[in-house]
Amino acid sequence: MTVDTVGRFERALEGLEVGLERVSAADAGERIERTIDEPAVGAPLPFEGVSLPEGVTTEPTAGELEAARTGVTPVGFAVAEYGTVAIESTPDGAEPISLYPDRHVAVVAESDVVPDLSAGFERLAEGFDAGRDSVVFATGRSATADMGNLVHGVHGPGDVDVIVLEDR
Amino acid sequence: MAQRSRAQTADHIRHLLETEGEAIHEHASASNERRGATYAATDDIEALRTEARAIKEDAIDRLPDLIETVREAVEANGGTVYVADDAADANAYVADVVETRTEENGVAGETDTPSVVKSKSMTTEEIDLNDALAAEGIDITETDLGEWVLQVADDTPSHIVGPAMHISRAEIADLFNERFDPDEPFETAEELTQFARDHLGERITEADVGITGANFVVADSGTIALVTNEGNARKCAVTPDTHVAVAGVEKLIPTLSDLEPFVDIIAKSATGQPISQYVTMLSPPTDSPTLDFDSPEEPITGGDGAETTDGTGDPDRDFHLVLLDNGRMDMREDDQLRETLYCIRCGACSNSCANFQSVGGHGFGGETYSGGIATGWEAGVHGQDSAAEFNDLCTGCTNCVDACPVKIDIPWINTVVRDRVNRSSEPESYDFLVDGLTPDAEEGGLDPGKRFFGNIGTVAKAASATAPVSNWLADAGPVRSALERTLGIDRRRDLPTFQRESLVDWFEKRGGVAASSRRTDQAAARGSGADLDREVVCYPDVYTNYVDVDRGKAAVRTLEALGVPVRVPDLPESGRAALSQGMIATADEQASELYAAVAEDLDAGRDVVVIEPSDLAAMHREYERLLPEASFERLRENSYEICEYVYGLLENGADPSALSTGDGAEPIAYHSHCQQRTLDLEAPTVAVLEQCGYAPATSDAECCGMAGSFGYKREYYELSTDVGERLQTQVEDADTVVASGTSCGDQLETLLERDVPHPIELLAPGGRRP
Repeated sequence: MTVDTVGRFERALEGLEVGLERVSAADAGERIERTIDEPAVGAPLPFEGVSLPEGVTTEPTAGELEAARTGVTPVGFAVAEYGTVAIESTPDGAEPISLYPDRHVAVVAESDVVPDLSAGFERLAEGFDAGRDSVVFATGRSATADMGNLVHGVHGPGDVDVIVLEDR
Repeated sequence: MAQRSRAQTADHIRHLLETEGEAIHEHASASNERRGATYAATDDIEALRTEARAIKEDAIDRLPDLIETVREAVEANGGTVYVADDAADANAYVADVVETRTEENGVAGETDTPSVVKSKSMTTEEIDLNDALAAEGIDITETDLGEWVLQVADDTPSHIVGPAMHISRAEIADLFNERFDPDEPFETAEELTQFARDHLGERITEADVGITGANFVVADSGTIALVTNEGNARKCAVTPDTHVAVAGVEKLIPTLSDLEPFVDIIAKSATGQPISQYVTMLSPPTDSPTLDFDSPEEPITGGDGAETTDGTGDPDRDFHLVLLDNGRMDMREDDQLRETLYCIRCGACSNSCANFQSVGGHGFGGETYSGGIATGWEAGVHGQDSAAEFNDLCTGCTNCVDACPVKIDIPWINTVVRDRVNRSSEPESYDFLVDGLTPDAEEGGLDPGKRFFGNIGTVAKAASATAPVSNWLADAGPVRSALERTLGIDRRRDLPTFQRESLVDWFEKRGGVAASSRRTDQAAARGSGADLDREVVCYPDVYTNYVDVDRGKAAVRTLEALGVPVRVPDLPESGRAALSQGMIATADEQASELYAAVAEDLDAGRDVVVIEPSDLAAMHREYERLLPEASFERLRENSYEICEYVYGLLENGADPSALSTGDGAEPIAYHSHCQQRTLDLEAPTVAVLEQCGYAPATSDAECCGMAGSFGYKREYYELSTDVGERLQTQVEDADTVVASGTSCGDQLETLLERDVPHPIELLAPGGRRP
């Protein structure tokens, strides 16, 4: 993992109007807290020493999911080339939590940011081999041009923020 | 579907130009420009296209095996695969799944209606799934915003990717204001989108079953790939506990690694985005918990699903993959239509098509699909009649050949279907009119207009022999009226003026090969020739030989001035005209005759130089299908476009000052030719013009809108003019306008009302200023 790859990831996200913040694991909880709009729901973060802030409800009910303004999820890996985050369909609901609320906060370990799509497919194949065979490549914000002009936030989130855990 | 009459077709096209043309042009041309820019910015785009095509070729070849592979994979995951023979079979299966699941979940009773939310899918349009489900009492809602607009408007898609591209924002606002009667009338795209999101969001959370298509299906893992920007496919697939994916069997690809080039290229080709917002790869049933919004207090996790990571997903989930045949397995056996199955439904052929940009998919007819590739799809899944109606709108310009991410030769598919349609019609009473003029290889029953244009060489020869009487006659009112009535030639379009002295006759009269050699020697003595010992056969195509004789003379003089002796033998037609009319047998015969006629020249090491780009394109592209491979390669390697050849001579030391040069930076507008661009031959002409003291500004309009016979046909006159006007606005300010193709020149001369010569006429010694 090189700093360049994260730099490239950041530039790609800039073009998509997606914010990127680099934080240490120790600071992550606080930074996530500042990023979210409440009410917020989340899927547990599998990074050692990183936990979701108090205000984020895990194991949400359907009602809480529907009412949430922010969804916080981990992502398995990210592709720097296109600014893509890979969201897995896990039993703890990462897929709907990343999809339903207006804002999605994606948390990724720096070591899981890969340079390009080919490297992304290598990671995808590893996941498939391990049984993680339902994954969404999400790039930027939900968008449509069907109503005459480009509008963001259609069925999916209209705001996306990515938190990169630098010491992972 | 009954075919429209000529007058009905003309009316329909006029109506589309007025009602849908503006919105379509705005969106389709923007997507096409973005695609062009994205392709240009992608280093390995050619490798990517080649790889994508190779994967599709392999997959279609192995299709029966892949169906078995995916069945095993999906069943191992806990889902079901159903291969449906046709529309009725597929629809009945889907309806049964919806009814059964709804009953099992206890949602639908006597008064409750099963509800389905659906993500955009052309395949379900093909089988009219919505109507079939509605007939079973199932409530179905489209969730793609464009598709939903169509559902509200009771309209049909006009574009594979942007189904409602033909409806403007203002029209959508009017429609929604009338239908939904909001407190404050909708106006902006944001307001409309917000309303749609809320309205459709409710439908999704209440739905019993989610239906999606599939952009790709990975056979060995049972993975469905869905590509969207809105996110509705994700919601439809993971929100209700039952997901039905309907996909044509051709969507199967062998492995996950085969998916990579398609993920990389599909958005680039469709909208010019580097990648779509959401590429969803689901191997359902997934581990993602089902969402029961009817029980808002229940945690979405914590059911059985949370504990289940055994690879068969949440046990509450049910998944059905419906693989649709509906003619596809027969297409696979059809050597000409098979390529259609490689299509990834990106719409790039539509966006790059000048005619599509003017009238949109509703102009292309057919029952479901639209644009260039639609002819293949319609012929395969709905039958030839459905394909026949408007495959005429393909002018064979080949813009789509460069756009297609899987390199499908779409113009050839159109030519083949046109040929089959020709053969299926009844003999007509007008055959006698053109019989004497048409020594073609076609059976009776061919449309007389097609037959006329397909035999244009014979017609031109006769007209030239009788010029100027033939010209006077052709311009006379009663003749124009008869031509319009019998052959459909619009009387508003100027006919070509045939010259009494053909290029071949002129060349012989001035001394033939011997005189040409003498002139070449003189050029060599002046030191203006190239450092090459070449001889040229200048191909007298029909237009150069009988109509635009001046450009032929200019070509001969230019070559001689640059030190190359020329011969201009009387050669057979290339077959290009016949191909345009779908007369493949005639074209095949003409290709063989032409090859035979130049074989000795090729043996003698002479180069064939072609002035008319469409004829060169026939030799470089279509002859691959008409000649033995060695003959095709031989002719292709030794034939050149005139300005490309001049470029080579200048590169080899010929002196441009032997030609008519500009003042160093003399501005001119240059319009290349569609097929010439596909062959990458615009650049040499530009380079030659620059070396000769001109500053050419090139046009980038997709096509001039008058590909040979197309613009002459009565029903297409207005469309041809509409397309042509886009080019007109790009070049009209220039003092000098030059164009490489006959039809481009004709179109521009009509619209600009001035002379538009071939670049070689500008460059030839002695020159010609318009």
